[in-house]
Amino acid sequence: MQSNAMIEMRGITKHFGSVVANENVDLTVRRGEILSVLGENGSGKTSLMNMLAGIYFPDAGHIYVEGREVVIRSPKDAFALGIGMIHQHFKLVDVLTAAENIILGLPGKLRLDMREVERDILRLTEKYGFEMDPHEKIYEMSVSQKQTVEIVKMLYRGANILILDEPTAVLTPQETDRLFQVLRNMRQQGHSIIIITHKLNEVLSLSDRVAVLRKGHSVGSIQTSEATEKSLTEMMVGRRVDLNIERPQPVNPRLKLKVRDVTVVNDEGREVLSHAAFEAYTGEILGVAGIAGSGQKELLEAIAGLQPLRSGSIEYTNRKGHVKELTRMTAEEIREIGIRLAFVPEDRLGMGLVASMGMTGNMMLRSYKRGRGFFSERKQPRSLAERIMRELDVVTPGVEWPVGRMSGGNVQKVLVGREIASSPQVLMVAYPVRGLDINSSHTIYRLLNEQKKNGSAVICVGEDLDVLLALCDRILVLADGHVSGTVDARDATKEQIGLMMTHHDAKEAQP
Amino acid sequence: MNLIIVFLQKAIAQGIAILYGANGEIVTEKSGNLNLGVPGMMYMGGVAGLMGAFLYENSVENPVPFVGMLIALICALVCSGLGALIYSVLTISLRANQNVTGLALTTFGMGFGNFFGGSLSKLAGGVGQISTQATASAFRAKIPVLSTLPVVGEVLFSYGFLTYLFIVLTVVLSWFLYRTRKGLNLRAVGENAATADAAGVNVTAYKYLATLVGGMLAGLGGLYFVMEYTGGTWVNNGFGDRGWLAIALVIFARWRPLNAIWGSILFGGLYILYLYIPGLDRSMQEIFKALPYVVTIVVLVITSLRKKREDQPPMSLGLAYFREDRG
Amino acid sequence: MTGAKEPLMHIVKRDGVSLGRAMLVRLVALVFALLVCAAIIFGLTGMNPLNVYAGIWDGAVGTNRRMWVTFRDAAILLCVGFAVLPAFRMRFWNVGAEGQVLVGAMASAAIMIYGKNLPSWALYALCPVAGVAAGLIWGVIPAFFKARWNTNETLFTLMLNYIAMQLVSFAIVFWENPRGSNHVGLINSQGKEGWLPSIGTNSYLLPILIVLALMVGLYVYMQFSKQGYEIAVVGESENTAHYAGINVSRVIIRTMAISGGIGGLAGYLLATGVGHTISTGLAGGRGFTAIVVAWLGKLNPFAMLLVAFFLVFMEKGAIQIATQFSLNENASDILTGVILFFILGCEFFINYRIELRQHAREEVKA
Repeated sequence: MQSNAMIEMRGITKHFGSVVANENVDLTVRRGEILSVLGENGSGKTSLMNMLAGIYFPDAGHIYVEGREVVIRSPKDAFALGIGMIHQHFKLVDVLTAAENIILGLPGKLRLDMREVERDILRLTEKYGFEMDPHEKIYEMSVSQKQTVEIVKMLYRGANILILDEPTAVLTPQETDRLFQVLRNMRQQGHSIIIITHKLNEVLSLSDRVAVLRKGHSVGSIQTSEATEKSLTEMMVGRRVDLNIERPQPVNPRLKLKVRDVTVVNDEGREVLSHAAFEAYTGEILGVAGIAGSGQKELLEAIAGLQPLRSGSIEYTNRKGHVKELTRMTAEEIREIGIRLAFVPEDRLGMGLVASMGMTGNMMLRSYKRGRGFFSERKQPRSLAERIMRELDVVTPGVEWPVGRMSGGNVQKVLVGREIASSPQVLMVAYPVRGLDINSSHTIYRLLNEQKKNGSAVICVGEDLDVLLALCDRILVLADGHVSGTVDARDATKEQIGLMMTHHDAKEAQP
Repeated sequence: MNLIIVFLQKAIAQGIAILYGANGEIVTEKSGNLNLGVPGMMYMGGVAGLMGAFLYENSVENPVPFVGMLIALICALVCSGLGALIYSVLTISLRANQNVTGLALTTFGMGFGNFFGGSLSKLAGGVGQISTQATASAFRAKIPVLSTLPVVGEVLFSYGFLTYLFIVLTVVLSWFLYRTRKGLNLRAVGENAATADAAGVNVTAYKYLATLVGGMLAGLGGLYFVMEYTGGTWVNNGFGDRGWLAIALVIFARWRPLNAIWGSILFGGLYILYLYIPGLDRSMQEIFKALPYVVTIVVLVITSLRKKREDQPPMSLGLAYFREDRG
Repeated sequence: MTGAKEPLMHIVKRDGVSLGRAMLVRLVALVFALLVCAAIIFGLTGMNPLNVYAGIWDGAVGTNRRMWVTFRDAAILLCVGFAVLPAFRMRFWNVGAEGQVLVGAMASAAIMIYGKNLPSWALYALCPVAGVAAGLIWGVIPAFFKARWNTNETLFTLMLNYIAMQLVSFAIVFWENPRGSNHVGLINSQGKEGWLPSIGTNSYLLPILIVLALMVGLYVYMQFSKQGYEIAVVGESENTAHYAGINVSRVIIRTMAISGGIGGLAGYLLATGVGHTISTGLAGGRGFTAIVVAWLGKLNPFAMLLVAFFLVFMEKGAIQIATQFSLNENASDILTGVILFFILGCEFFINYRIELRQHAREEVKA
């Protein structure tokens, strides 16, 4: 065993029911290094790390920390070993303050002296250069602020092995750079860092070494300096893959949607979308970029008739050039006037689908009202379900199997399949490939391109700027609920979009 | 004047039993468990205390009130604790549905109380109306000197020790919840068990302890009712719906123990208000008896209107926690 | 190997379990429950538990009359169970069936009392209409607040139970017979105006048939109708419902109207077909037991039928042994409680599996 190994995992196996998350996985983390754990979605990265953090307990295998075999039965055990994990869904209590979250679960005097705690925290944040108000309640914070609280929480606990699960998914390129700088600082101070990711450029720019997982098995690890995007992808997928995304030229684009001055206010009375304006054309894919929670969700929902507008108008132009105003219409009314508007929302199982129902039941979501009678029609949805299952290779025991128990990629195929089955005039998709492996992702890109060629106006909200730049024709950038501009995806750069994501007043919206 | 003093006295006396149950439920709910078994556990605590005292008084020539009181207290705590333990094993370890388990516990506990309370005399050999006067006298002993003061004495110092014990317990509870590390941990468990777990809090232990303590407090409420309020006797279903009122009070107090103190007095007052409003006929009295429930509904609606985060029930209330749940 | 301490076992969620296995687990739980009950009975009375179980059987179905009473009461309990079923499918935790039943019974009783002199067809028509309408209103009130402001329905419906009880107490003051007794007594005991009619000489059959018809109707409604589909979607996720163009508020209110209405119907059956009176205890906790029925029946009307019958069977039997051995009747609540604990607890062994540690096994081999 190498003397500089902080953590050794040997022969780790973990099953969930009949699903194999990890099978006989080995992994080594060295002192003072940044290790990337790379793998496609569903390859078992997170469950492997959860076993280090004490969230899951392995079915079999051994874990050694600094050469000593350990048993990690709970997060408490993990902390005692200096292991801290920052989960993708932050583990913070909303109604408590930052400081209260940071000291949660720690031993100490019975009486809680918050002033003393806050002093300690401020000392820590100064040392690493974080910006954080210990008094602030979590529910008032932005995503990146919450992430800061999580990191400070782990440092406060004296973690010297830090695990971060997809930490950049919610950050702008600039915030990502800042985070990476902090992580490099920490490496310098002797911390070992594990970062779970499926973004190759991050692996290459940040880490010292890469460990690759595929379908729950460890494929091996290499020095980052010896790796290229191509070699890493091959390790990850197990064969050569064409990473290029097709982008046909738009054919005969005509104005389809015109959005003007749209403002949406949320439950708490805050403006989440301010005076948004843009146009969407047939035969093109319009990308929408922005930090998570910048108004993407509200924008799509406003068009779909699911969000009441405070102001503004939405105009739809049909094939013959007639203009229809959708502004005050509900989803139901839009469908009733014969506009086929398809929408793949971000929250697939919580909004687009009914998790406990099978494919047939989910097809009915769009069609159950058809027909006059009291009873709903089931034959057509069933044959549609069977068609989608066949054409998109949905892996499921049958069309009545609950979609909530399918894998993420298959769930997305069911949802996208249903939405494009109506041959929509407008197709809106939010984060269409989140959680999908490379193969499924490319299936989705192909479907979007098909719709584009068929003359739909496609609007695609994404988080991976590389993908948006490769797939879309134009990209609309949102910053804090404002449209900060629209760029041509064929000649824009990531840095340019990243800047627009944070500064909406830099450039006024000019479609 | 005199009438007002008596009313206040009675309102407080009514309120205390509800307050015990409510604070027990607050502790329980802070751990994320919605225990609808409170009425059952109150019955269990009450009848167990009574039985303990009764058997003691019947087995010795000259029962010592203090010993009887200790026996009653211990029996009440153990028995209501057992009720809470059943609930805990089922919902925390076996992850059964909390609503249904709580209702089953109420069925069980009320049956338990009425069965033993009702057949106590028969089981003990047909003594007729049971009475545990010696023990009750210990519970009902008033504070000497102070209780003889005019007005102040009557309103503030004329109660048995359980009343004062509980005011103290409530203040301690409030301090515990908001000023200690363990209290912070407990609140986190009820808000978001997965987060508390990831932060190193032993979720299972906190849930068990909070639910057990909550059940015991409810049991003390039952004991208070049997010993101090009715003076050591048992009437089947004599408890009425005080157990449910306790659950209502939790909402009314917005999950804060200190609010529950004055809330309980208000509830106690509303509960007996019909007796003190002159000129009410019997039918109107019945309408007035619905007041505590109407007020609770009003409070419920108002809090849902205001949507203030801090006033909402603990986030994970009613949900079982399983660490290895995916997603 | 180090001396690291390992958990001996850990809990794993099952992927899905066959119906046969699930039924077996429940059966084993039931056997355990009956054993524990036997121990309790023996501990309390020192009697042979077998005699006691024979007594239970005898009490529930021992005579023709007892059997019919058991069937009818099971049907009534099942009916109250149906009052929570549509709401529960929508994940609307209606714990207010007790109140919905009571106001339904009260409204029916009012018609019987004040409409005594109406033509009998009008009386037969008005009683159920009034009962259902009253239950419906009582169900719609919390639904309105839930739909509008997301007010917690569990607590709201719970409170409404007691308000309903006070309303009944209020009415009793006017209806009591004899005066000052605080009891209403049998309503229209002379001419039986408004009483649910007998079929032939059997006065138990009609309520049973009504509930069985309701069961089939409800099953078809929930399973095959558009509205039933909407209820399922709203129950799963309100966001999905909005997305599908379902008017969530309308569905919540409509479904609670159905739930409350069925509760009112149960109240009507109780007032005109069972008790022929009105009292605060007329619902007798059925509103709460119904929740257990619905939950243990997995919200399936046919499974609920079995659960309701079993619970009533045990209750009738326990009351019988209580009188037979002069225990007090509350013993049945204790036994019911114990059985419920076991059945609730056994679901764990259907949904989860306990695994011995692999390491422990390895070490044994090594």
